[in-house]
Amino acid sequence: MRYLLPLIAVSLFSGCTVMPWVAPYERQYLADPIMGFERDPVAASYMNHVYEAREAARGAEGGSGGGCGCN
Amino acid sequence: MAVEVDVVATKFMRYWLTAGLLVSAYSSAAVLPEERADNMYHVYSGGGVTIDGPSILIRKNIGSNTSFSANYYVDMISGASIDVEATASEYSEQRDQYSLGADYLVDKTTISVGYTNSSENDYEAETVAFGISQGFFGDLSTIDLRVSYGSDDVFRSGDENFSDEAQHRRYALSWNQILTQKLIAELSVETVTDEGFLNNPYRSVRYLDPASGSGFAYQAEVYPRTRNSDAVAIRGKYRLPYRASVKAEYRRYADSWGITADNVEFRYTHPLEERDEWILEGKIRYYQQTSADFYSDLFPYLNASNFRARDKEMSNFTTLAFGLGVSYELPQRWSLLNRKNTINLYWDHILFDYKDFLDVTVHGEGTSITPGEEPAYNFSANVFRLFWTVSI
Repeated sequence: MRYLLPLIAVSLFSGCTVMPWVAPYERQYLADPIMGFERDPVAASYMNHVYEAREAARGAEGGSGGGCGCN
Repeated sequence: MAVEVDVVATKFMRYWLTAGLLVSAYSSAAVLPEERADNMYHVYSGGGVTIDGPSILIRKNIGSNTSFSANYYVDMISGASIDVEATASEYSEQRDQYSLGADYLVDKTTISVGYTNSSENDYEAETVAFGISQGFFGDLSTIDLRVSYGSDDVFRSGDENFSDEAQHRRYALSWNQILTQKLIAELSVETVTDEGFLNNPYRSVRYLDPASGSGFAYQAEVYPRTRNSDAVAIRGKYRLPYRASVKAEYRRYADSWGITADNVEFRYTHPLEERDEWILEGKIRYYQQTSADFYSDLFPYLNASNFRARDKEMSNFTTLAFGLGVSYELPQRWSLLNRKNTINLYWDHILFDYKDFLDVTVHGEGTSITPGEEPAYNFSANVFRLFWTVSI
């Protein structure tokens, strides 16, 4: 029991830790500018405006929509 | 006297245009937005209306933690949409919008604030916005929360006795998630509440009137003074086995006026050269919505209901959009400030197809079409965005 409790505790705590499954050095594809949801904030914001002015739906354009300053 | 009837593209949602632009969210929370200057000319032309103007955005860091941005945007509106043709004469007007924003980066958290002012002869709008963005799970995930409050003053040209107000509150939450080395996804939800004068003060509904020569007449629209809406969207971007990417997006929308809507979009991005000299883009987007509970193309009689609308944006319709875009990075010898310069041109063609908004312009001298038997209205629009970007 003296050894089991620490073992269980370690197992539980390690179970709570989420390890990043894509390491920073594995993100070269994601860092490519073509992988941004929107590359140009002015242009994306304008198109959202065009749609929102003529359609009843609005919102949830996301960080990328609504015109984000995404890198 | 020209009666300014149609306010096509601008009323009620103007405040959000750059509130979102300046209170930015990031695909990675732990970096400030890119320092850049954009100078865009935009034009929308369709349905008898042309709206064009510039949009200039400058973003610049001060120190390593703070980014400031400023945007100047203009809509110059001219022409006569079908609503104007039916009930009034052609007109022109201009809307000017100024926005300021700031982002402050602390560790993996970005705090953003923004202010927007929009002004035209019969409408004034101010919006303040606040956002916070937090990266976690080793920057695999980013949560972004944005809130904004807008306050509008509404007037009616030619009627000095009319003035009213409207308030808008928006609450948006996004979860951005890196799923694999080649796939990133985002889930967004947003609630909007509006209160005040929400309809266009110039627009009318038509009703059956046997005393009229055409068989129908017009009276003013009346909308409810509150509106709540919810939208949820999911989008993903995938890097293909060769250097290109595809984006897919779906959004579902519902509001307290009885309107539900869905839209899907697919986009393909393809660089021609490894150095990004040329980047090509193509997209297709489909949108559909149901009509508001109080919408009717033709009411049975005068004052037929407490609330009444015949605004085609409140009707049952679909839109189908195709888009093409090209970006070109200028050679060093032509580049301003010795920085990366790009020229970008995007063209979108949008088809609007209304199911229960009928084309009353078919009525004329010598025609004897029964009210309600007119053909459904449809039109197409072209949208161009031409802009020059300098990475500062």
